[in-house]
Amino acid sequence: MLSFEPYGNPTYFALLGVALLPLMIGLLYGKRSRLYETLISIFFLVLTFGGPKWTQGVALIIYILYEVALTWGYAVYRKHKNSGPLFYLTVILAIIPLTIVKVTPAVENGQSSLIGFLGISYLTFRAVQTIMETRDGTLKDYQVMTFLQFMLFFPTISSGPIDRYRRFEADYRSVPSREKYLGMIQKGIRYIFVGFMYKFILAYYFGTLLMPQLKMMAMNSRGGFLDLSWPVLGYMYAYSADLFFDFAGYSLFAVGTSYIMGIATPMNFNQPWRSLNIKDFWNRWHITLSFWFRDFIYMRLVFWFMKHKVFKKPTTTANVTYIINMLIMGFWHGVTWYYITYGLFHGCALVINDTWLRYKKKHRASVPHNGFTQIFAIFLTANMVCFSFLIFSGLLDQIWFH
Amino acid sequence: MDIKATVLGILNDLTGNDVSGAMDDNLFDSGLMDSMGSVQLLLQLQGDLGINVPVSEFERSEWDTPNKIIAKVESLA
Repeated sequence: MLSFEPYGNPTYFALLGVALLPLMIGLLYGKRSRLYETLISIFFLVLTFGGPKWTQGVALIIYILYEVALTWGYAVYRKHKNSGPLFYLTVILAIIPLTIVKVTPAVENGQSSLIGFLGISYLTFRAVQTIMETRDGTLKDYQVMTFLQFMLFFPTISSGPIDRYRRFEADYRSVPSREKYLGMIQKGIRYIFVGFMYKFILAYYFGTLLMPQLKMMAMNSRGGFLDLSWPVLGYMYAYSADLFFDFAGYSLFAVGTSYIMGIATPMNFNQPWRSLNIKDFWNRWHITLSFWFRDFIYMRLVFWFMKHKVFKKPTTTANVTYIINMLIMGFWHGVTWYYITYGLFHGCALVINDTWLRYKKKHRASVPHNGFTQIFAIFLTANMVCFSFLIFSGLLDQIWFH
Repeated sequence: MDIKATVLGILNDLTGNDVSGAMDDNLFDSGLMDSMGSVQLLLQLQGDLGINVPVSEFERSEWDTPNKIIAKVESLA
């Protein structure tokens, strides 16, 4: 049986083109066929999770039923009552499957969990967000069918971008005007073609051709200070370029396909390499993830800390929350020393960045600000980020402990 | 006390700037506001005006200039 990684090869794109054509004609004539959308969603989900990967498919179905039961149950309950402990319990239950999947390899010698499947993280983000907005009362009209479409929207199921229930629902329930839709098609196709260049040319060059060679050289050049060598530096840049072009390329496919389906899934990257500081970077890199963390972890924790007056100073609150927030992000990537260090590194970078910005604000007259300092800021930020990706890559784990 | 003056007072406190001269300037782009400032604003609105705004109601693009914030608060009051 056919089985594909999403956007993995030309056949996938050919099938995608054929499947989307009737849908495009429908949208151009102002019609959205729910039935047809559901059918092609199921078709592509079977391509991704069927055949040799059927165990993942079963895990996905059970997971979805579980999350539907939780979100639906909570939405019904929330119409009558609003207890804090029950809300926390629901959130914990919603993230338990993901937690098991993330912790299993760390305690079972790298074995992956049976309940895991490609994209479980991204589905968990969507489910948790739905529960939190239901609690806040901003999501009043929970519909099981819409929730299912939102969760199983096939263009973004495996690695995001992470949309929001209310934003998705508004798009999904309406048909864009012909003029607007033509603009979306144009953008969508452009995104997909830029994606080809990113993923199949640039990421291929950095990831498949360059990285393995540099890795071998780095492993063979051990023995110096901390076993570091020039190839390690080369690997750091090649890995960073690969990570960006691979993920940004994938995201362009996902967003482009969504646009062609008349759904304006939010963008995931916005020229991250020209960030002026680390905060700016997180507004440009894997945007839907960092905004999810900002809105559903950072801001909520800050709100809770301040309301209960846990810390005296607002800056302490902000700093502690930065560290917690980024540590959670690190753990989410996986329970290994290098992912957690990566999280801690970014938490500390955000704290330092904020401290510097405050200092700069106070001493505006004495801190120089010109074209040169701008370029220096961009250079420093990009290199800090690349260094954090070197930690993230696990290469240091390889050269030190293997 | 009217809402506009109260909100402006809160914003001036939070940003350390007098924002009344730039009512349509984006506070996030200029770096005067951030997530932390947003939460402080929501808490102050609760304390000073008794307006409850849950965090998920805070869609940044609807709260990014002094004028928008005032309009938003007036609609919630």
